[in-house]
Amino acid sequence: MTAMISISGLNKHYAGGFQALKDVDLEIQRGEIFALLGPNGAGKTTLINIVCGIVNGTSGEVLVDGHNIDGDYRVTRSRIGLVPQELPTESFETVWNTCRFSRGLFGKPPGPQQIEKVLRSLSLWDKKDTPCMELSGGMKRRVLIAKALAHEPEVLFLDEPTAGVDVELRQDMWNVVAALRDEGATVILTTHYIEEAEQLADRVGVINNGEIILTEDKTRLMHELGKKELVLHLSETLAAIPASLSDFSLELGNSGRDLTYSYDTKQESTGITALLKELQAAGLHFNDLQTSQSSLEDIFVDLVNRD
Amino acid sequence: MNFHAIKAIYRYEMARMFRTAVQSIVAPVLSTSLYFVIFGSAIGSRITEIDGVSYGSFIVPGLIMLSIMTESISNSSFAIYFPKFTGTIFEVLSAPVSYGEVILGYVGAAATKSVIIGAIILATASLFVDIQIAHPFVMITFLLLTCISFCLFGFILGIWATGWEKLTIVPILIIMPLTFLGGTFYSISMLPPAWQTISLFNPVVYLISGFRWSFYENADVAVGLSLGITVGFLLACLLVVRWIFKTGYRLRS
Repeated sequence: MTAMISISGLNKHYAGGFQALKDVDLEIQRGEIFALLGPNGAGKTTLINIVCGIVNGTSGEVLVDGHNIDGDYRVTRSRIGLVPQELPTESFETVWNTCRFSRGLFGKPPGPQQIEKVLRSLSLWDKKDTPCMELSGGMKRRVLIAKALAHEPEVLFLDEPTAGVDVELRQDMWNVVAALRDEGATVILTTHYIEEAEQLADRVGVINNGEIILTEDKTRLMHELGKKELVLHLSETLAAIPASLSDFSLELGNSGRDLTYSYDTKQESTGITALLKELQAAGLHFNDLQTSQSSLEDIFVDLVNRD
Repeated sequence: MNFHAIKAIYRYEMARMFRTAVQSIVAPVLSTSLYFVIFGSAIGSRITEIDGVSYGSFIVPGLIMLSIMTESISNSSFAIYFPKFTGTIFEVLSAPVSYGEVILGYVGAAATKSVIIGAIILATASLFVDIQIAHPFVMITFLLLTCISFCLFGFILGIWATGWEKLTIVPILIIMPLTFLGGTFYSISMLPPAWQTISLFNPVVYLISGFRWSFYENADVAVGLSLGITVGFLLACLLVVRWIFKTGYRLRS
């Protein structure tokens, strides 16, 4: 099946000589929710802007549903909706008019039902006759999402959609993304909030210094790169780890009261049973234990720092 | 062709005009009326006729040209500069529209406003003096060509400008002097020979002369030449706009 977005050998050099993207290859499948993670200046927005036609790539090829973004720009752009990182809105226009403008601009005939549906889903219906300049930052963010959805795109780019928004909007936005997923739309999300990617994404890509350093199914990524830890709260304080336990990956913490064991879930044996046996043999007792798994954030920080 | 996009841009721009009706319509009509009263009364009392036309009537075509040139530039430069300034231009750049469609939307709306203003000024002037239009078709042709070409010029200016100062500097320092020295309030045949020659290098002379000919059949230069210069200016602006969209100059990095 043709990928919804197919990027190959994409480079972007800005006039000052800065290379924002370096030989980027990326495929995003139809109906997928893809989270593009990366630190500030990594190239996320440049990549999105090139696919949407706002920035010209220096070299390489970008296809949207098999259509080239330069040669078939009418086809590709009409299928894409973009919610930008900043909050640019037509200050003096009402919410309804600015959504109607967006729909027309993307070549769609008037569709009051679609605009109403979108405004209601984003809790904007009561504000439809309000000029954008009178809205709060969170409301403006909703308006931008509504504008992007007004022309019923097949692909939606959300560039840092929940930056600086309240919990309620974030939940609304996640609900909108979930509804889009149910309708079969493809969603590409850039975010600093790893929790967001963890919550929404099917697949995760990590970009750093203009290079895609990893793309992976989210669950597999967390399984393969994630670490697990077992923390044992000892009954008595320990001055040092006994020599008989030197084969295990152990750390002593909390002034000698906690013993932390790191293990890999992919290994045939986690070593937990052997560890517990050795602890008993060494006469060490514990009164509580807990396990924890590294989050996507831990994995992301590790990847970026490693790079 | 993306007709829905053209309509969306056109309607958006026209709504802006009606939202700012005082600034868009009343202000140019008022300032033109003031020109008319001050120049028409003060100078008209000393110059009774030029080429058989009363001074008050003589300046009407020039005043219309003065207004539609400045308003065309102002309207279209602001129309494209403001979205650049606020960042909303991203939507137009990411939309499935060709440069021709963008131009039809923005320049079409700005030119419509200019034509409306020109018509209102003509109606206002007719309250003060007798006006005859000897060649209505030629008059409308000159009016449309001037509105469209100066709206295109304004569009170019709005894309070129990187700040509010640049946006206003060209109309104030270049267009306004050229218009005042282009025969708005006088016939260049009234100037000394050397200044007559210098005036012929001012393109606005040809626009005003041709437009005035359509009213009173009096012209400083041949009407065919006026038409040729106006069409030439229009084509030059179209070529520059085409280049801007092909290269993405100050629109796409």
